[in-house]
Amino acid sequence: MIKLTTPISEETARSLKVGDEVLLSGTIVTARDAAHKLMVEEKPDFPRPYMKDGVIYHCGPVVKKHEDGSYSFVAAGPTTSTREEPYQAAVCEEYSVRAVIGKGGMGPKTLEGLQKVGAVYLHAVGGAGTLIAKRCTKVETVFKLEEFGTPEAFWVIQVEDFPCVVTMDSHGNSLHKEIAAKSDEIAKELMGLK
Amino acid sequence: MELKNAMLELIRRASTDLSPDVEAALVQAYDREDEGTPAKSVFGTILENVKLAREASTPVCQDTGSVIMYIDFPVGHSEKVYKEAAEAAAMEATKLQYLRPNAVDPITGKNSGNNVGVNAPYLHFHQWDKDEVRVRLMLKGGGSENVGAQYKLPDTALKAGRDLKGVKKVVIDAVNKAQGQGCAPGIIGVGIGGDRVTSYALSKEQFFRKLGEPSANSDLAALEKELYEDLNKLNIGPMGFGGKTTCLGVNVAAQHRHPATFYVAISYTCWVYRRKQMIIKGSEVTYD
Ligand code: SF4
Repeated sequence: MIKLTTPISEETARSLKVGDEVLLSGTIVTARDAAHKLMVEEKPDFPRPYMKDGVIYHCGPVVKKHEDGSYSFVAAGPTTSTREEPYQAAVCEEYSVRAVIGKGGMGPKTLEGLQKVGAVYLHAVGGAGTLIAKRCTKVETVFKLEEFGTPEAFWVIQVEDFPCVVTMDSHGNSLHKEIAAKSDEIAKELMGLK
Repeated sequence: MELKNAMLELIRRASTDLSPDVEAALVQAYDREDEGTPAKSVFGTILENVKLAREASTPVCQDTGSVIMYIDFPVGHSEKVYKEAAEAAAMEATKLQYLRPNAVDPITGKNSGNNVGVNAPYLHFHQWDKDEVRVRLMLKGGGSENVGAQYKLPDTALKAGRDLKGVKKVVIDAVNKAQGQGCAPGIIGVGIGGDRVTSYALSKEQFFRKLGEPSANSDLAALEKELYEDLNKLNIGPMGFGGKTTCLGVNVAAQHRHPATFYVAISYTCWVYRRKQMIIKGSEVTYD
């Protein structure tokens, strides 16, 4: 188990390998479809301080607003990452992001981007909504809440020991590609197509 | 509004806890995986998450799914009463954060904000001869819904003919294509025969069966067992990280088909397998 804390240096990001189990702590930012589109098309400056050597989390949380106006996360597991495939590499480069957390893995364009920038893809446990919300110790601030709505807003949060697995690294390796190639062969055998 | 409150409680139970058979299957899966593997860690996280959600009464997963109810009611009852109660319960459950707003208008892209909309919640009605009401609820996750598939046999590419052997091939193909995308391990519902609509409907209704309870038809029971073993040989594992558990169960059912058609529908649900039922008899409500 590797303990990882933000900000993450390029060197640390490049030392991570597919299959490594990670416990992440520090500040991370949620971003989904609307946020990625914005970061590619308008390149706003407000996310920069949080994203430099930082972490993007593909997540549409259930959030509770308290009477004093503060927020806390109720359920906050990862959402499917492939929707950001057209944007991810460009966002990582523009904002010097060192890790992207999501589920389901991403495609060749992102894999190439991770190599270039020196970043990794971290797979969280899909469905672990309550557990991950509990590891989110504080909501620091939120951007674009009005415009994008709760699931799509940029939530800047602090996490402690967020469990993830490196499934795409900066050396061109993807666990998703490996597993799929193997299971394709097994499936063919089981179907009598070999 | 008592009916509404009973439905609200049903939603709360489904969103914040898993049925004992599902949790038991997850414990077995944890025990099966080797120490020190990502698969073992995933199941550890999953089990801890289920416990925390139950204790805090918060959603197991933040995608609280689509609200689907199957209602069996006695002669003389009005469907309208159930529909209104279901809508009111969904609205309240959204306010209480048992449900995330998950009903989006496909024309305008606008989220209704309360899980109510056209065919949302979706209700299946059925009248029966008993003097009690049964409401079965499914909260169906979107990510896992996306990996469902429907095949038309024969399928030349897969060399799948119009028989149970052909059915087996297409189910293996669908689960292999799904990889970890539907938050594996999954539970697989298979509907054989019928038309485009009814094959999917049948496949989805299989999710109400208890895990490990075989089909009453011995041919289908044998197919379920073979598929369960074969799918777990794919080594896709939880989240697609590799591992011994790719599926937690396979439930197959068949219905008569038109001579010209042979459909096989495969519904996939993630490990956050949320289905609960309640029986209302007089003023008494029992949940299961
Ligand atoms: S597929 Fe299931 S576990 Fe995964 S995010 Fe959707 S509802 Fe949650």
